[in-house]
Amino acid sequence: MREYEQTGVLSVNDLVLPSTKQMQKGVAITECIQEIPCNPCVDSCPVNAISMKNINAPPIVDYDACIACGKCVGVCPGLAIFVVKKEGDDGLLTLPYEFLPIPKKDEQVITIDRDGKKVGNGIVKRVKKQGKTMVVTVELDAKDLMKVRHIKMGNTSD
Amino acid sequence: MGVALRIKNHPILDFHHDQPVKFCFNGKSMLGYSNDTIAAALHANGITKFSESIRFHRARGFFCGIGKCSSCLMTVNGIPNVRTCIVPLKEKVEVKTQDTFASWPNKQQKQTEQESLIHTVDVLVVGGGPAGLDAAIQAADRGAHVLLVDENQRLGGQLIKQTHKFFGSKQENAGTRGISIAQQLETIIQNHDHIDVFLESTVFGYYEDTNSDLFTFAVSQRKGYDSTIIKVQAKTVVFAVGAMENMLLFPGNDLPGVYGAGAVQTLMNVYGVKPGEQVLMVGAGNVGLIVSYQLLQAGITVDRVVEAAPLIGGYHVHAAKLRRCGVPIFTRHSIKEVKGSDHVESAVIVELDENWQEIPGSEEIIACDTVCLAVGLTPSTRLLSQIGVQMNTIPEAGGYVALHDEQMQTSIPGVFIAGDNSGIEEASTAMIEGKIAGVAAALKADKVQKREAKQSLMQFSNELARLRAGPFGEKPRIAKQKIKTLWGKEQ
Repeated sequence: MREYEQTGVLSVNDLVLPSTKQMQKGVAITECIQEIPCNPCVDSCPVNAISMKNINAPPIVDYDACIACGKCVGVCPGLAIFVVKKEGDDGLLTLPYEFLPIPKKDEQVITIDRDGKKVGNGIVKRVKKQGKTMVVTVELDAKDLMKVRHIKMGNTSD
Repeated sequence: MGVALRIKNHPILDFHHDQPVKFCFNGKSMLGYSNDTIAAALHANGITKFSESIRFHRARGFFCGIGKCSSCLMTVNGIPNVRTCIVPLKEKVEVKTQDTFASWPNKQQKQTEQESLIHTVDVLVVGGGPAGLDAAIQAADRGAHVLLVDENQRLGGQLIKQTHKFFGSKQENAGTRGISIAQQLETIIQNHDHIDVFLESTVFGYYEDTNSDLFTFAVSQRKGYDSTIIKVQAKTVVFAVGAMENMLLFPGNDLPGVYGAGAVQTLMNVYGVKPGEQVLMVGAGNVGLIVSYQLLQAGITVDRVVEAAPLIGGYHVHAAKLRRCGVPIFTRHSIKEVKGSDHVESAVIVELDENWQEIPGSEEIIACDTVCLAVGLTPSTRLLSQIGVQMNTIPEAGGYVALHDEQMQTSIPGVFIAGDNSGIEEASTAMIEGKIAGVAAALKADKVQKREAKQSLMQFSNELARLRAGPFGEKPRIAKQKIKTLWGKEQ
């Protein structure tokens, strides 16, 4: 039994982590590690960086080929793909968002981890609409890039 | 008019609450909207007690929300036993709760017109959900004259409340939300020359007709709250009538506020009505996880999800979405009791040990006004039983199901099944089963070129096998294997 099967929360050890160099270039992280019959991410990738052995196999991202465009983020039915990009001490995290209110550019947000706990604050840098899914890019502390997976609107002072 | 219970803004859905409809409930004037069902309008007005138990007069609310249980029966315009969860709200209707058994309509009431309408078709498809829609399209594409019958005001079955994007691959519309798939299929059906649709109609009985080789069914078609009986004769029939949500045994399970998770999804995603403000979800399969997330999207608080099994049953990606929104999932926990007088006021949960037994002293009281049960589904098979097809209990299929071959044909040639009523699975596989049944039913009705049909059937079977190949496809794989083995023995 793996812990996430009990808790619903992945640890970074469950993932294939990109190198610092790859993170500086920017890469998509697929937090989809179970065998489920689903493959729209593969079709969405303009550079064929995402592959699957068969439709039930988890996706594998070629971090060197990935151009961090974020197309897969808004496509993934499981809302399980994130793009991380390291820029010095800052980080840019792109995540799928399906709640109201829709975040706006330059807005401050609370950053949240996989467990629903507050990590810190972030600033919305870009909001892209992909169907009804908002693909939101948030600037945050680079050290939190593999930690933050959700945002919350509202007062960031607490 | 229960404004607080109406969902105004939603990240995925647009609700058109612009045409108010006046109606009367137990003598009291109320307002609803033109797209409401009676039950949805009542709920939005804060009315959750729909009936009373006959012996102890305990309050009862609705449970399934899709016309499959009997908790919402009321008298509408003098007509008793109306399933208020599926009939539309109309201007000035008089809705009354039934104290005990409904009384016979009084004699002044206009009698149901007994027009002897007869409708003869090649393929009758019963149920306009994902399986039925695809069955109708496939059969009609091959030249068969199809009649599609559904109980609701709209086609789409349970797709019309699936606001999430579907899994699968391109062929199964992966990445498209269920609500959009329903619209796409509905448009194809509406523009198809070979398909007639009876909405708000129920196929309620099979009749033997010694003068004909055709299958004969009685269909009641609602007009207002009254109905007309139509005789439908068909060369072949596809049953795609879906399934019903399971109940759990615990004290208080009959209180208004204890709803099937699907019922809650219908209420909030189809009618824009909040089931409550504070929800306890029971069951961490895909239904429990997905509906919990959709509750959050509708602005409703989910206290937690409890799951009796040691592991989360649904996809991890669905669990992860909930967890990062701060909703805890308690495995090895179950619901012990629900408290309240006329509505849920709190629930008691309890931890289970390795043998699924309650651990004394581990009880916890949860403040909530809604308890959602997402504890599996049971195939709806009553008409199949009535026709007399061979059936058997297959636990992995969700209970009692009709035995069938790989072309979805039951033991009576010409009677086909598809979707949840042939074994509980999910919408993508239901659609493919529907395609198989549609082609096979058209073939049986002599409407198809054999070669083309065989090729299509092979292609659809391969798609099914592919979707079921992973670990999450194990249960349906076992179910279908058992059905195949029993089928072989019986033939």
